[in-house]
Amino acid sequence: MSGTPLLQVQNVSRRFGGLVAVGDVTLEVGRGEILGLIGPNGAGKSTLFGLIAGALPPSSGRILFDGHDVTSLPAPERCRRGIARTYQVVKSFDSMSVLDNVVVGALVRYPRAAQARAKALDVIEFAGLSHRATAPAGELTPPEKRRLEVARAIATEPKLLLLDEVMTGLTPAEAARGVDLVRKVRETGVTVLMVEHVMEIVMPLVDRAFVLHLGRELAHGSAQEVARNEAVISAYLGDRRRAS
Amino acid sequence: MATGLAIPQSGKDAASAFDRKRRLKLLTGLAVAAAVACLPLVVTDVYAQNIIILTLLYAALSQSWNILGGYCGQISLGHALYFGTGAYATTILYTKFGVLPWFGMIVGGVVAAAIALALGYQLFRLAGHYFSIATIVIAEAGLVLVNNWDWAGAATGIQWPFVPDSWAVLQFNPRNKLPYIYIALAFASITWLTTFSIETSRWGYWWRAVKDNADAAESLGVMIFKSKMAAAAISAFFTAIGGAFFAAFVQYIDPESVMNFQLSLLMALPAVLGGIGTLWGPAVGAAILIPLTQVTRSYLGGSGQGIDLIVYGLLVMVVALAKPEGLSSLFTSRKAPRA
Amino acid sequence: MTLQSIVQILASGLLMGLIYALIAVGLSLIFGLMDVVNFAHGEFLMLAMYASFGLVALTALDPIVLMPVIAAVLFTVGALAYVGVVRLAMRARANLGMVQIFATFGLAIVIRGVSQLLFTPDYRNVPNVWLGGRTIPVGGIYLPVPQLAGGLVSILAFLGLWLLITRTDFGKALEATREDAGAVALVGIDKNRVFTIGWGLGAALVGIAGAILSIFYYIHPDVGLPFALIAYVTVALGGFGSVFGALAAGLLVGLVEAMTATILPPSLKSIGIYGLYLLVVFVRPRGLFGSL
Repeated sequence: MSGTPLLQVQNVSRRFGGLVAVGDVTLEVGRGEILGLIGPNGAGKSTLFGLIAGALPPSSGRILFDGHDVTSLPAPERCRRGIARTYQVVKSFDSMSVLDNVVVGALVRYPRAAQARAKALDVIEFAGLSHRATAPAGELTPPEKRRLEVARAIATEPKLLLLDEVMTGLTPAEAARGVDLVRKVRETGVTVLMVEHVMEIVMPLVDRAFVLHLGRELAHGSAQEVARNEAVISAYLGDRRRAS
Repeated sequence: MATGLAIPQSGKDAASAFDRKRRLKLLTGLAVAAAVACLPLVVTDVYAQNIIILTLLYAALSQSWNILGGYCGQISLGHALYFGTGAYATTILYTKFGVLPWFGMIVGGVVAAAIALALGYQLFRLAGHYFSIATIVIAEAGLVLVNNWDWAGAATGIQWPFVPDSWAVLQFNPRNKLPYIYIALAFASITWLTTFSIETSRWGYWWRAVKDNADAAESLGVMIFKSKMAAAAISAFFTAIGGAFFAAFVQYIDPESVMNFQLSLLMALPAVLGGIGTLWGPAVGAAILIPLTQVTRSYLGGSGQGIDLIVYGLLVMVVALAKPEGLSSLFTSRKAPRA
Repeated sequence: MTLQSIVQILASGLLMGLIYALIAVGLSLIFGLMDVVNFAHGEFLMLAMYASFGLVALTALDPIVLMPVIAAVLFTVGALAYVGVVRLAMRARANLGMVQIFATFGLAIVIRGVSQLLFTPDYRNVPNVWLGGRTIPVGGIYLPVPQLAGGLVSILAFLGLWLLITRTDFGKALEATREDAGAVALVGIDKNRVFTIGWGLGAALVGIAGAILSIFYYIHPDVGLPFALIAYVTVALGGFGSVFGALAAGLLVGLVEAMTATILPPSLKSIGIYGLYLLVVFVRPRGLFGSL
């Protein structure tokens, strides 16, 4: 299996009514790489994430994970196969403690709760959240919540980790710590597909970048190639102008 | 991830702290049960003993409701259906077939769990309010059907035969409430222990995850539908046991007394009051609510019609609004106060 | 069964259905506006019936004449329920769904308790009403006058509601708030004010229904529950939040109830409605006319 890419998205589209959120996207993520999925607001990045993680079915196209067709598998089964994700809008289990949040993730590999708790303790240490282990997740600061989302996903021992704008809303110092965490995760052998709106953060981190614009592929290649791409620049500048 | 199961030293400390906390909880539970067991030595008045029985019964029923409503977040307002199933199964098996109530109780529990699974198969596709309303309607439909079920006594109900004191058929001299106190205490303890042990098992984590955020739970491998089904079956089973006990205790059942909508509400309210989705919430809530309503009802009598309703309606409203975590949260110290 | 008796059943079913629709529409309106189910809806209806009873005793006028006053009383009740209870419930930080359900349930219990205390649990009825107990022959069938009047009032109320929603500024604000409560603040609509008036309006509609019901139905503190159940079923069938779905579903519920009553004994008459509801909910969880 190691010859095939870890994730293959083949001609995947997703329509909501008449609106095409993702149109005929084909991309591959190789084992052990960090692929940046970038694009302006509303480019369809989060929808594509949902399609890969199994939160919603594609209107057409196929998704292969580890060489197997997972297009029709529900989200929990994809998690069991090794796909984990975070959410752009943080979805922590607010009434549960930080530790218990992570235990939920660990249970998919360790059905015995005691083992899952041991694993979760391990993971929150790794994610730098040990000092907050017993705090209710609802009381965390926004950067801590982002960290918790990553920890929870790592606890499922994924092969592929989908990070949806984990750096958004962080101060530069916090973002730097976030980048460190992502590097650390990759060093453990996890493949990372990360959505980021802010190019300055992702570009130094990723091996390759894939640019999505209005639901379709605009460009892909190395970070430098993409950063020099005319179409990308104009899409981004246009976006900036609209935003300001 | 290759981190495996190597537990760092700090993890070991945390793990043993976790075990200590669990042991302490269990000891607290034992102490409370022991204290309640000694209560009849002090409280000898039959009327007061009746209140103790009802309080324990509702603590157990609300704990059962809490498994589905509190932990798993599926607010059922139709648990009277399961209560009635237990009461009717036991009563019919005993009065018509001579089956001992102890056995009928289990049959009722199993039937109720089966009904819960069959209904859940359809209902758990409904979200939030849609689910709650469907549970009301289904329980009400059950009430209407039993009201018209002639073989089961229809609206007149079924009277248990009068027999001398007997543990086998759960019948005792009307002045001797002790056996009922201990059976109700055992029932409350069993539901508490069940919740206690599930709370930190896989189901317990899954239930709370489903309640807090179903989308995120799903992405972490939680089987949402299965979780809800498991919670519903356990919850219905114990609720039916409560119904069976109630039937034996009052020796007469009719649809109004064991399947009324108010009963569904009364099973939920102690948990809401004491703390929904918490281990002690239902017991704390029942210990406040049941004596309070019983006492206001009897002391105010006819002149104070409705005051009991006003008191507990206000209590529920105020707690829901001002302390949504429930009153039992007043006893637990929060280690991490908001900055 | 003769054609005449079939027409008779259909006609009385439709008339009762119009009243059910009027009871349910306030519930649906409030749900559509803010995703909250008012579990005190039946108690609002009960209060309206007592308001009718009390005002009739006080003024010796007919409930039909007093209807606007009763609607105004209930408008106040609804607005106060929002400001005093629901507004606070919306702010809950923990267990939001549970808080919303049990805050209105608590309110329902309190209202019932207060009614028992003030009015005693006795059954009452409004004496000497103009329309009470009469029937008029229409094409060979007999229609009860109170239900006929009730049906007419219901149609007028729906017409008024339709005009309000489509032709007035408040209606526009209402629609906008339904669509996106967060965004309306940006265009200068006071969300709280819309919610308050929405609750008042929802309660006023059930107030009108209560005034009619008081003409031909006995009044007691627990009278609300069976009607509330029918209202939940109606709203669920029509699609939560859909005003005209409530009208269509109300008619359907009235018809099914009338037909069930001819086949089954009276004590089983609600089984038809519950069965219909379950069938629809299992097949179309969002209701027959659910607007999404």
